Amino acid sequence: MSTEKRPDYLISPEGLRIDGRRPDELRPIELEVGILKKADGSASIRQGKTYIMAAVYGPRELHPKHLTLNDRAYLRAVYRMATFSVPDRKKPAPSRREREISMVIANALEPALFLEEFPRTVVDVFIQVIQADGGTRCAAINAASLALADAGIPMSCLVPAVAVGKADGKLILDLGDAEDKYGQGDVPMAILPNTEEITLLQQDGKFTKEELLEAIGMGMTGCRYIHELQKEALKKAYAKRAPEGAGEEEEDLGEYDDDMEADLGESDLPEEDE
Amino acid sequence: MAGIFFQKREVVVPGQLLAEGRYRSSAGTYDADGKVFSALVGLAELRGNTVKVVPLEGVYIPREGDLVIGTVVMVAGNNWRIDIGGPYQGSLHANNALRRPYDEDISKYYDIGDVLVCEVLAFDRTSGPFLSMRGRGLRRLTDGMVLDVSPAKIPRIIGRRGSMINMIKDHLRIQTIVGQNGRIWIRSPDVETERLAIRAFKMIEDQAHTSKLTDRVNSMLREESTKLKGTGGGPKYVAEAKDNDDMEDNNDEY
Repeated sequence: MSTEKRPDYLISPEGLRIDGRRPDELRPIELEVGILKKADGSASIRQGKTYIMAAVYGPRELHPKHLTLNDRAYLRAVYRMATFSVPDRKKPAPSRREREISMVIANALEPALFLEEFPRTVVDVFIQVIQADGGTRCAAINAASLALADAGIPMSCLVPAVAVGKADGKLILDLGDAEDKYGQGDVPMAILPNTEEITLLQQDGKFTKEELLEAIGMGMTGCRYIHELQKEALKKAYAKRAPEGAGEEEEDLGEYDDDMEADLGESDLPEEDE
Repeated sequence: MAGIFFQKREVVVPGQLLAEGRYRSSAGTYDADGKVFSALVGLAELRGNTVKVVPLEGVYIPREGDLVIGTVVMVAGNNWRIDIGGPYQGSLHANNALRRPYDEDISKYYDIGDVLVCEVLAFDRTSGPFLSMRGRGLRRLTDGMVLDVSPAKIPRIIGRRGSMINMIKDHLRIQTIVGQNGRIWIRSPDVETERLAIRAFKMIEDQAHTSKLTDRVNSMLREESTKLKGTGGGPKYVAEAKDNDDMEDNNDEY
């Protein structure tokens, strides 16, 4: 057993949290797209000490066949924690908690995806938690949504997610592990930033109505910020794939009437005859 | 506020607002309350008043009329099941491949592992894709090699009215068939030329989202093929290469 003790306070007299953050401050987030060569799409996220990798395969042929949906693709999310991701070794067998989080992640992502474009297929999302330090389900959604975009799955927007919690009676954004364990509650949420729809909202602990509404407001702000980071990470990944010297070229793109526009149009757009 | 919110050929991300007002949404975009948003990571483009996003990634989704290169994976009665890449397995009926009368055991004609050039006859959301081998140049491939590239990059490899692929063929004097499913058949007179061809195709695949690519591939090929000629390896003109000219014409339509 690890010998972790409850800290004396979660919010210091100065109003700062155990890792020195202000109540409405996120942990530093690092997102990277295209980390795995063999997957159709992949992304990783570092959020504080949490480290998660997500890989997407598909759309591809669905096995077992009886799961096939005739009007859209089946979204299969699998959330797994590495045995070494937590202080006490996690048993390698899939747990009830992992199955639940897998389902919750699939439900949070599905409203953003245009799965009806690929009937009778499956889109597989594999999420591997390498190191867990609180907020893994939200971090997993952030990474998985980037991996889906990287795989070329059409979607209405990226899906950012963050948790809001309560410690020492105060609402705090983006819980760390200790705050999660010893705090008084936890509200993980995910949104579609374009329409401000909520696709994930869970609650653990006691919140008054006012507190919950305020927590959702804080979560929205946090999600919007994470959404900006996601967009940036995605654009950066594709800019990096440009060859050397292409940087200058990109500036005067507009002047060149090179073959790209016409050739892609001809073969790519059958619906143009409207 | 009406207008366009992207630069020509800008890399856009899903959910990004592209245009508002009298613009029409098409491939790779979606429409919500008269606004056009991107649905993909790709390059945004405007043609007339139609906005589209050209994908940079993605699997092969069949379309009627596509030329594809596939491998037989199963012989099922009077059907061949054909792997054409992507999530959907093709089905080739003997009636669409053989002249009647044909033997009951159709594995005599094509068997598991054979590589075929086919055309997509029909494909919709509920069934298919159904393939056909009736047409010029649709046949079994018995020599050469098949190179796999990302299907999203195929339009770039072919180029406007075949400019890119024809340029490569002219340089290297090789025969190729480019399948819309991301498979390229190459037959070349010697290994060095074949390697150079692969290098050219991989170069296009890696740099598909950059401009003036035709010029860069052209100068790379010119440089490298003069080197080859110097060592005596080099492309030699093979008389037999004329045989399949009509088949190659298939590609020029794209």
